[in-house]
This record gives sequence, structure tokens and C-alpha cells, in this order.
Amino acid sequence: MTLDSEVNIQQPDDFYQALIEAHAGLSDEQSAALNARLVLLLANQIGDLNTLRQAIAAARALI
Amino acid sequence: MHPPPPIYPYVTPAELRSGGVGRTRVAIVGAGPVGLACAIDLAQHGIDFIIVDDNNTVSAGSRAICWAKRTLEILDRLGCGDAACARGVSWKVGKVFFRGKLAYEFDLLPEPGHKRPAFINLQQYLLEEIMVERLGALGHRVRWKNKAVGVTQREDGARLEAETPDGRYAIEADYVIAADGARSAVRGMLGLAWKGQVFRDRFLIADVSMHGDFPTERWFWFDPPFHSGGSALLHKQANDTWRIDLQLGWECDPDEEKKPEHVIPRIRAMLGPDRAFELEWVSVYTFQCARLERFVHDHVIFVGDAAHQVSPFGARGGNSGIQDADNLCWKLARVVRDESPASLLQTYNDERVEAANENILNSSRSTDFITPKSHASRQMRDAVLALSQKHDFARRLVNSGRLSTPTAHRASDSSTHDSDSFNCALTPGAPAVDAPVQVAGRDTSLLDRLGGRFDLLVFDANEDMTNALECEFGSSLRVARIAPERSSSEAAFADAEGLASRRYDAQSSAVYLLRPDQHVAARWRTPSVAEVRSALQRAQGIA
Repeated sequence: MTLDSEVNIQQPDDFYQALIEAHAGLSDEQSAALNARLVLLLANQIGDLNTLRQAIAAARALI
Repeated sequence: MHPPPPIYPYVTPAELRSGGVGRTRVAIVGAGPVGLACAIDLAQHGIDFIIVDDNNTVSAGSRAICWAKRTLEILDRLGCGDAACARGVSWKVGKVFFRGKLAYEFDLLPEPGHKRPAFINLQQYLLEEIMVERLGALGHRVRWKNKAVGVTQREDGARLEAETPDGRYAIEADYVIAADGARSAVRGMLGLAWKGQVFRDRFLIADVSMHGDFPTERWFWFDPPFHSGGSALLHKQANDTWRIDLQLGWECDPDEEKKPEHVIPRIRAMLGPDRAFELEWVSVYTFQCARLERFVHDHVIFVGDAAHQVSPFGARGGNSGIQDADNLCWKLARVVRDESPASLLQTYNDERVEAANENILNSSRSTDFITPKSHASRQMRDAVLALSQKHDFARRLVNSGRLSTPTAHRASDSSTHDSDSFNCALTPGAPAVDAPVQVAGRDTSLLDRLGGRFDLLVFDANEDMTNALECEFGSSLRVARIAPERSSSEAAFADAEGLASRRYDAQSSAVYLLRPDQHVAARWRTPSVAEVRSALQRAQGIA
């Protein structure tokens, strides 16, 4: 599996809204905890280590 | 309460009585479990050696406690397995708690049909006592209160200088084995670099004597109610002694934390106010993951903590040290007898460096989980622990120590790669796996019957091939037939339950060439005499 850069999410705006709303009312620390849990849940959904490594590298490359 | 530790007698060395320079094949520095394993193995091989230690007793405090199945199998070969298992506490289940709730549970040996359990817990000092006794039964003794003060390389060997209550002497050896631990003096004498990573954390370690009704499982807590923010470990040892380990953090004052007035309240909080206990030993430690670049330096060979060091989570220090000894001694025996060239020792270096890397990798990963090095790392760790309450996948990410397993030296120069296909966990380079077998009508274990010399294990093969192999190799190695049916011969193993056949994927036919340390050198379905000879020579470093 290779990392998808094209749109894969069916309703991108709905997803983004849900993501932001999940953080509503949280402290920075709580938001960071939520993000960490989300990363782990989504990583398990992807499963393939090679794809995960590509995603990690892609995120890191922008820093 | 425990009996006091044994005091072993100092005897004036022969060199000091006669005034000359001594001469031996192998000089071992350090009589901890790893040095003693080397001594016993060399004694069993009939190699002339000496072993020196600067002390005259066993180690203080429990130190290494968890001995893994593979190590117990090696101890069996060294004649110490029964005594160790009789005194040790068997266990195989580990539980990890997060904030008081069970997060993850593992079973390290879920299948039956193995002689030895996944682990026993036995204090290092008790194992040392057993090993000293075994060495004595073989007619050898440790040179107690002989402190190594100098090691120099020579063209044809190495020279060891030792200091005793009666003065100094020198002894010349073909090889010196440095088994003198994490702060190896020999390493310093040779000026060798020690490279790795020091972890900025401190742990309180204590041996506590009590009558506990806790199960003999490894219990590990992250952020427990009784020790908020830190980790904790509780593990049973022999003689109603319990190991307790509490994370204190980098900023604590180790000298203060060692004082009973600080230690006892911490332990009382953990065990509950009503539990009577006695503090046997306490220390505060930091740890590092580091190793020498090479373990073989001409005529000086490093084993155990002198060669590599890991964090205690995973029990990979003591176990890998005994496995170093297991790997080294048969090779050294062949080299000093001129049966193999000195280059055979390079395979010790390569295989055990590979093992050290594996252990350091596992140990560093556990440490990153237990002692997160950054805020982000801690957040991710806490996220794993939080998810583990409800999500199975996260439990597999919880890392309180990945417990010692032997290294399968798959890419070793000693191993012959498979030319036939096998479908089992066992691979060339890996230690042979145990199974129940019957010999001359008696129940025994396969591994009890193997090792110490090269073995050729022939599964239910066609008669012509077996006869040809026996005829060719019967005098140079042990050819053992294994078949489903019972036989009265001492050289034939019956695999009545079929477990050996399954674990070695023997199907209709299989032949395994095993090294003296029981690792698989090569395997085939129906090999020719020439194929076996070539693999044997490769494993012996002759080819």
C-alpha cells in the first residue's frame, strides 16, 4: 500500500467539521491527548507499516 | 530470614607458592553467572582454565532474577538446571495495570510439551551458589580474592596479572574471557570505547521478605494509585522474597531515597498497611543501553555485561550473558585444541553482537515507553494506555518490557541456508526447540539429549540414507534417530506424541545438524553425505 495524496475522504468538509468539533471545549492538554488517541486508532485501521512510515515521513517533511 | 551468604576460601595461588608465571588455556575474569557458565562449559569440554574473582562470596542483592526458558535449557546442559528450577519460582503470565485497572496480560509459554517453563525467578546470588557448587563437582574452584589488575595482549595469547592477599602474580593464557560485569575493569585496561545511550531516570529496587499471597505473575503498573505518576513492578523470587521496583524520576536524590525511612512508606503504600514485610536489600539505579563495538579483541573476549548492557525491563542482561557463554565456549574449546582456526571466534563476535543489538533494540523500546523522553512521547504513551482499556490493538502496544527470547542467528556465516522448504518457527541459526521424547522406554526431553557436541538428528528417514550418514559421521558426531515408534536403543528417540515431528516440520523426512550449543547449523529433507560434511565444516569454521 502506498500513501494516498489524492482525495480519499468522501465528504471532506463533514470530516473536517467533525474533527474540529471533537476538540471543542478541551484544554490544550486534552486536545493533545485526543489527537494522540486518534492517531493510534487511525494507524491501527491502516495497519500496513510501510504506509504508516510514509505518512510519518510526509508529516515530518513539512516541519 | 535468609541464611548468610557463603564465604568461599581464599587459597594462595600455585604461582605465588612456586614463584613462577602460570600457564593456562583460558583465564576467566569474574565469577558471576556468566563467568561461571564459561567455567563450567570449559570444564565439561575438558579445557584447562582458571577463573578469578575479586570477592569471596556471591553477589549482594538479587540483581538478575528472571531466567528464561532458553537459559534454563543451557543450565540443563551445564548440569545446573534441576537445582535452579527446584529453588526458583516458575512463571509465565505477566499483567500490566494502568491506574489500577488491568490493561494487558501476556502468557509467555502457551503450549505444553516443554521441559522448562517460560521463566523461573531465582536471585542471582542463589544461581551463583548453585553454579559454584557445580564447578566444584567438576573438580574446579574459583580463585577467590584474586583481583585482575592487568591484562596485556601478547602475540600468542594474553597475560593476566592478579592481586591477592599474598601479593601479585601473572598467568599466561591462550585467551582471556572478560566476564567482569557492567563496570568491566578489563574493558578499561584495554581502553575500549563503550557506546550507547544513558536514560535519564532513576528506579528504586528492593528485595522484600514477606509471606505474600500474590500470584507468581509479573505485575507491572503504570501510574498506580499507590505511586502516582511512576511505574511499579512486583515479582516473586525464591525463599518468600519479592522484587519491588519503583520509578522515581531523574530529579530524585538517590542517597535520600535509599534510606529506610523513605523506602518503607513507599512499599507500605504498595502492599497495603497490614502487610508485614522486611527490607532485605535496596538500591537506586539508573541504566544505559550500550555495548562494545566488538566482543573479540585478539586474545581477549568479552561476555555478558562486560560486552553489552541493557535496561532491566525484559530480563535481557543475565539471560543474554549466559547465552554468550553458551555460544562462545564450544568454539573456544575447538580453537585451543587446534580443531578449528581462530577465525571461528569471529562467529561468536558476529552472532552475539547481533543478539546484543536485538536486546538493546527491545530494551530501548521498553525504556522509551516506561520513561518517555519528551512531552510528546509521554502523551503518546498515555494515549496507548488509555486506549488499552477498551481497544485490543492498543494492548499490544503497551510495553513494560519484552521478555528475553533467544536470538535466531539467521544470517550467520556458521549456518547453511535452507535448500529444502520447511514450515515451522525453527530456522537455521536458531536454538533447537524442545519436545517430549522417550529413550529406551523412559520419558525425557529432546534437548536434554542434545548438545555438548555436534548432533545429527535424523527424523524417520529412509534406512539407506540414515545408514550412510551413520557410517560416515558416527564417530565424529552423534547421530540420533527419531521416529514415532518406541525403540530399546539409547541412540533412538521415540516421538510418541508427534510434537518433535511437528516442531521440526519433519513430515516424511528431515535431518537437522545441531551445533554443540544446540543451535541449528543446517537442515535438509534427504541430504547427501557431502552436503552434511560441507555444513559441518562451515559450522566448525573449517570450510
